[in-house]
Amino acid sequence: MTTSAVILVLSTFLACAVEGVEALTVVLAVGVTRGWRSPLIAAGAATLALAALIIIFGPALSLLPIDALRLVVGTVLLIFGMGWLRKAILRASGYKALRDEAALYNKQIEQARTAGTEVRAGMDWYAFTLAFKGVFLEGLEVAFIVLTFGTSQHSIPLASLGAVLALLAVVIAGALVHQPLSRVPENTLKFSVGLMLSAFGIFWSVEGTGIAWPGADLSILGILVFLTLASLGIVTMLRRMRERQTLTTAGAAGMGR
Amino acid sequence: MTFIKNFLLFWYDFIVGDDWVIAVGVVLALIITSLLVRSQINAWWLMPLAVIVLLAISVLRETRKGH
Repeated sequence: MTTSAVILVLSTFLACAVEGVEALTVVLAVGVTRGWRSPLIAAGAATLALAALIIIFGPALSLLPIDALRLVVGTVLLIFGMGWLRKAILRASGYKALRDEAALYNKQIEQARTAGTEVRAGMDWYAFTLAFKGVFLEGLEVAFIVLTFGTSQHSIPLASLGAVLALLAVVIAGALVHQPLSRVPENTLKFSVGLMLSAFGIFWSVEGTGIAWPGADLSILGILVFLTLASLGIVTMLRRMRERQTLTTAGAAGMGR
Repeated sequence: MTFIKNFLLFWYDFIVGDDWVIAVGVVLALIITSLLVRSQINAWWLMPLAVIVLLAISVLRETRKGH
């Protein structure tokens, strides 16, 4: 397996693990309060819909000339990955609250309890809609990553493998603990995925302009190391800024007394 | 019309996300890279640098929003 193939599987695995944990919170909350049949059917239907998207759009994207594909896909992937990285940096430095799966789970439970019941054809449609939406919207990002990574690397099956393995891991963990997976270090995973998406995005978009990277595929590792160090540097800078702001605010409050 | 608007807004939010500066900056950096390539300069180094500068600008913009 080449370096880029390993990073490809790892990226889709981590991305799917993060989104899977978030989708699991919704399905668990709906299942615990309103019964398991409808949310489980909804989760299955949403997963099938996502797989269908990959099966339909994968071959269509593969028809594009490779340079154009890498330029377009790389650019979109880079913008998308930088969005993940930006959010993860803000959360790691304390400027944005960390996602709290337990609190979100309790909120979902409360909403599911108070909502009315509409049962038709043996299905609780509120539970179905909520679970379908949760799984489909969280999974759409994974489908997007699998599609873009897979077509650019000419390996949708390999990209899908990482996603399927993560999905299995999350489903098994969810079935065992029957609680939201609040101990999963979501922000660290998001940080890693953001770094990998951005690294591949840089590599492909620049390659699409006609540039040959020094070291070919190995340069992805170099970009990844550079981005990791620079991003950690930004986190440190923001943490210091935040500390200074806290001290200034505390000082001003003390002077006011 | 509302459906099309919502559809486009969804994809804008999905790909561009919270800060348009990143998207515009990435496209500009790529255009500059292409121009340098046409001038026979192998400017592979430009994009990684641009990404970090854009990230720093974007997070600083966000931290200022709260104050």
